[in-house]
Amino acid sequence: MTTESKPTIQFTPERLAKVQEIIARYPEGKQKSALLPLLHLLQEQEGWTSPEGMDYVASLLNIEPIEVYEVASFYTMYHLQPVGKHVIEYCRTGPCCLMGGEEVYAHLKQRLGIDTGQTTVDGQFTLKEVECLAACGMGPVFQIREKYYMHLTNERVDEIIDELSK
Amino acid sequence: MATKILTEHINVPGIETFDVYRKQGGYTAVEKALKTMTPEAVVEEVKKAGVRGRGGAGFPMGMKWSFLAKPEGVPRYLVCNADESEPGTFKDHYLMKNIPHLLIEGMIISSFALGANKSFIYVRGELMYVIHILEKAIAEAKAKGFLGKNILGSGYDLELVVQPGGGAYICGEETALLESLEGKRGNPRNKPPFPAVKGLYQSPTVVNNVESIATTAWIVNNGGDAYAGIGIGRSTGTKLISASGHINKPGVYEIELGVPVEDFIYADEWCGGIRPGHKFKALVAGGSSVPILPANLALTLANGEKRLMSYESLSDGGFATGTMLGSGGFIVFDETSCIVRNTWNFSRFYHHESCGQCSPCREGTGWMEKVLHRIEHGHGHQHDIDLLVDVARKIEGNTICPLGDAAAWPVASAIRHFRDEFMWHITNPQEATQPGAVYRGEMALV
Repeated sequence: MTTESKPTIQFTPERLAKVQEIIARYPEGKQKSALLPLLHLLQEQEGWTSPEGMDYVASLLNIEPIEVYEVASFYTMYHLQPVGKHVIEYCRTGPCCLMGGEEVYAHLKQRLGIDTGQTTVDGQFTLKEVECLAACGMGPVFQIREKYYMHLTNERVDEIIDELSK
Repeated sequence: MATKILTEHINVPGIETFDVYRKQGGYTAVEKALKTMTPEAVVEEVKKAGVRGRGGAGFPMGMKWSFLAKPEGVPRYLVCNADESEPGTFKDHYLMKNIPHLLIEGMIISSFALGANKSFIYVRGELMYVIHILEKAIAEAKAKGFLGKNILGSGYDLELVVQPGGGAYICGEETALLESLEGKRGNPRNKPPFPAVKGLYQSPTVVNNVESIATTAWIVNNGGDAYAGIGIGRSTGTKLISASGHINKPGVYEIELGVPVEDFIYADEWCGGIRPGHKFKALVAGGSSVPILPANLALTLANGEKRLMSYESLSDGGFATGTMLGSGGFIVFDETSCIVRNTWNFSRFYHHESCGQCSPCREGTGWMEKVLHRIEHGHGHQHDIDLLVDVARKIEGNTICPLGDAAAWPVASAIRHFRDEFMWHITNPQEATQPGAVYRGEMALV
């Protein structure tokens, strides 16, 4: 049974309205379908998918917290640990590697002074390796939130990091 | 000029908006279908067209539609699979981003044909910006009376919902996708029952790829026979090919099925040839899952004829000398590519993406990655090559869903055609692990 404690996380009124709109998309009683969209909404607001946030989402959908945990941990997009301001999700799959993806990634790691999975000490950047982002003709590629950065070179990576560091 | 069924208007400025799409003849197929055709007649045209599933399986779409159970009083669903994640494939991304109304028009026609009043487009979550594009286009279409209640006064109602995934290749498998759409982990279901009988929310469901659904607008406008007149043999119509790797012009190209592989690689109209100063070494023709071929087999059949871009020609020779059209993820490798490294890379992908439900796949993908990693990093043993073949064989056909096969084929085919290169890594570890070292032994470069 879930305990009836007041959640420590609360969606903004705009997001709460969005939650209602999302739940209404599915047939009556199938509100669990809203789970993935709601987890995206949670991460958009909080920056990561925290245990408190997952409990909150469970309460909004009237499902058990375990149903949220098992889903959040299955998919790669949900950050189950706190992350930096910019999460760089770098494609490590074959076609990007053919275009020099591994060399550019080495440069990016050196530039940020961190390895895969780490966050810079100033909390600005977290580096993650991801699998194919469906942009193979424009590789190497990484993604930060919704934005794709394509045709990466060492120089381009430096420009992007400079720009985001401002 | 080759026929363009999907991309004819894709470069028209503003084509992502309803008005420009409409001006280019958009939504006339919806008008035609809803005002002058019965759902059965639409299904019939799609059957005649002979369109085969463009997500990779190549199963005839009209036949899939005809399997849909239609019990009285039970809702039916159409779900569009826009979870494009097969390495080397980026055509649906391209189509949805540039011409979202083409998919929406196809969704309306297909939903009408199947008798679905609520349909879903499941888009991989990484493409959130494309989800916004689709949602905007849906709102436009709804405002113009092409979605919602009583569309164009026909009495037909349809709501379209765009659903984001959470990042999982396996959700491209249709039953995993349905699980995910129900808010669960993407574990593929045991079949039967098939989705056509028990799919989304245990109701009859059809799952089709973006490109497949997008063809229906042209088919309704021009007729299934006209569609079947394009292409070659049972490979009817056009196909979007995502071209990547060591070519001069990577990108998405719409081809009439039946174009010679050689023309597709070398003609300026398409890939524009191998990048300057380099030679063609190998091809993955249909996404990372399909068998890799050395250049000579990619271009030519065993009987000496040119290999064509069609389902039949690409698979000619079986897995001994052939491959598959798959999703049309066309990855070209030149002589600087290390087949061992690429195979390790692909096997890491499948290990990462295995849902973990079936032991052969969960364990086998891990072992293949481990063994390939040690060969690539100079710690391979002589018996590792046969070990890999053995593991691949034990995964193939022994899992609930095709991810196991998809993981086994790249490994088995790389060893089949590039065994000497694997052996070179094992017998010359010091040389092979130098930065940029590539096997330069005897092989057929083109």
